[in-house]
Amino acid sequence: MNIPADNKDSMGMSKLAIINGKLADPAGDRLTEGSILIEGDRIVAAGDVTLPQAAERVDAKGLVVAPGLVDLGVFATDKPAFHFGGITRAALMPDQSSPLDDVGLIQQATRAGKPDFWVHPIAAATRGLKGMELAEIGMMQAAGAKAVGTGRQWIADSGVMLRVLSYASGLGLTVITHPEDSGLTGKAVATSGETATRLGLPHAPACAEAMAIARDLMLARETGAAVHFRLVTTKAGFDLIRGAKAEGLKVTCGISPAYLFLNDQAVTDFRTFARLSPPLRSEDDRKAALEAVRDGSVDVITSGHDPRGPEDKRLPFVDASPGMAGAETLLALSLNLVREGLVSINRLMMLLSANPAKILGVNAGGFGTGSAADLIFVDPDAPWIIDSAKMAAQAGNTPFDRVPVQGRVRQIMKGGVFL
Amino acid sequence: MPEITIPSATLELTGRALFPHRHLLSIADLKPWEIRFLLDEAEQWAKANRGNARKHDDRLAGMTQINAFFENSTRTLLSFEIAGKRLGADVVNMHAGQSSVKKGETLIDTAMTLNAMAADVIVIRHASSGAVALIADKVDCAVLNAGDGWHQHPTQALLDALTIRRRKGGFEGLIVAICGDILHSRVARSNMLSLAALGAQVRAVAPPTLMPPEVEMLGATPYTRMDKGLDGVDVVMMLRLQNERMDGAFIPSPREYHMLYGLTPERLAIAKPDALVMHPGPMNRGVEISSSVADDPERSAITEQVEMGVAVRMACLDVLTRGARGVEGWS
Repeated sequence: MNIPADNKDSMGMSKLAIINGKLADPAGDRLTEGSILIEGDRIVAAGDVTLPQAAERVDAKGLVVAPGLVDLGVFATDKPAFHFGGITRAALMPDQSSPLDDVGLIQQATRAGKPDFWVHPIAAATRGLKGMELAEIGMMQAAGAKAVGTGRQWIADSGVMLRVLSYASGLGLTVITHPEDSGLTGKAVATSGETATRLGLPHAPACAEAMAIARDLMLARETGAAVHFRLVTTKAGFDLIRGAKAEGLKVTCGISPAYLFLNDQAVTDFRTFARLSPPLRSEDDRKAALEAVRDGSVDVITSGHDPRGPEDKRLPFVDASPGMAGAETLLALSLNLVREGLVSINRLMMLLSANPAKILGVNAGGFGTGSAADLIFVDPDAPWIIDSAKMAAQAGNTPFDRVPVQGRVRQIMKGGVFL
Repeated sequence: MPEITIPSATLELTGRALFPHRHLLSIADLKPWEIRFLLDEAEQWAKANRGNARKHDDRLAGMTQINAFFENSTRTLLSFEIAGKRLGADVVNMHAGQSSVKKGETLIDTAMTLNAMAADVIVIRHASSGAVALIADKVDCAVLNAGDGWHQHPTQALLDALTIRRRKGGFEGLIVAICGDILHSRVARSNMLSLAALGAQVRAVAPPTLMPPEVEMLGATPYTRMDKGLDGVDVVMMLRLQNERMDGAFIPSPREYHMLYGLTPERLAIAKPDALVMHPGPMNRGVEISSSVADDPERSAITEQVEMGVAVRMACLDVLTRGARGVEGWS
């Protein structure tokens, strides 16, 4: 691509036109040839646009042009991995070494990625993520928090959760929850089933998820609050989500590629890179998750990016930390869903960009007028092999090591500026 | 008519092909004939241990055996120590307190340290499932799993199989009931795999709260009623109930457990008249097993299990070090 030399420091209101791209507009239903007109850091128009003479032209050379990915729920600000994966914004989980329950920490997190990457912190719903006292959600919102979260765990006390939901809804914030009934999961590290039995791992039945969702849906109905279930991974869970959506509750849910392409057998041989939270599920649940993507029950696909080095992963399975480095592989793995015919590429960009932006209440993730000019230029068929030893991320803990995938981001524009 | 020679259907295996494994980590890694090979080897040691006043054999002389026990053990450690010493190895015991090995990097570091000391065989017990395999991956010598979490305890399964074979003559058609806390038991997991591989019918008898899901996939038929599970069995293998499971978390109380799942003389009468009683020890007398059953010399094989433990461990130590010792056909 022929990028204008002065673009990188162009902070004025110059006009730029992306031409000859195949536009993957989340609001559309197929790839369309067209242009995107950008002024400053915002999109002016996209599609069949009459370009002003003065606008500088950038030839996208037939690449797919899509909104930058908005990753709803990452555990680390890991810019090299995000840039590799075409992620231009991420919502940072409150589970940091000091939980994000304080204005100063929120401000710090917000500044961490700028200018070429934006972090939208998720405020801890309760102090220290302990699930007991409300954190200063309003003050954290004023400092830049875009949502409220329960973190890696569920709030077991229903009274506390009721107050979190009603308080957050008063502020117009979505509550992002981790649906696993902690009484059932206890110290479990795997889903009940043959693999857990063979390996002798502490396990919990998959219904721990649906039980947590059922309660939180009741409380969402009671409070009218917007709830986002960060990772839904079971058939029973999706059935509840479908029912709640049909009823008109403000409910959304997400999933990560691991739950779409792996089942609990991936932990055989105690592979700690496949130790995730929630744990990988049965093959039946994996198939149900694919169906939920196809039928529109899933709103968001997130990487859940959580780079973990050997000190966290080269341990006995029970002692290893959960989580995977997912940012680099998020787009390429998700493109499998397009290739398999489950969703259009436009719908995929809805799940990867537009919906997460909407849940966070940021004007990004789409091609609408005024939307942030965060764009990625994708060669959707470029083949490559995931290699845990050569990842851009802080650590290469991927359960997809040596898996061949297709789809590479060739260029990123963040806020009207090419990186 | 010309004489026809029919070639043997079974290929005659020799040397390393008899047991082509570097480590002994899990029964799941073993083929049935490899299990039988280890039992045959152990049988010879069992005879030698009984027959001679002087039991020393120097085949492991000059070799270093480290028993690295990250979890408390008395009888298994003792058994491995005696086995190593009878074979002439220099045996060193390392007790690592749980607290000093909380971080896994320390566990790997410990493994590297043991490796740097040029051990020839390391025997490891650890409280976490999979921990022994993790260490085995990092060292150059043979590793023997002496129990990892709820996962595996292969030498226990081998000594149990040897005890059964000596008492019952074989495994075909035999019904073995493994009774008690199957969920948390590496002994049960190892035995289900080995006994099923050797041709026995295996029953898993446990309260529903202590029965792992899909236990059928390990080759066992689940029974939640002791009386049904014991009906017509040839071997009753009792498991130890850990104290921390008795306080209401998994079962209401030790006395209720004894009432429903304890092996009493009355209950043993449901099994075959010549049924064998086994227990890996240490026993909770009056909880999972009545003293009168445990001490019945006709029925109980519990002390024989301990005896066979030494023989099995001698066999495993011998076989796993044959490559390093340059035994012909094993390099």
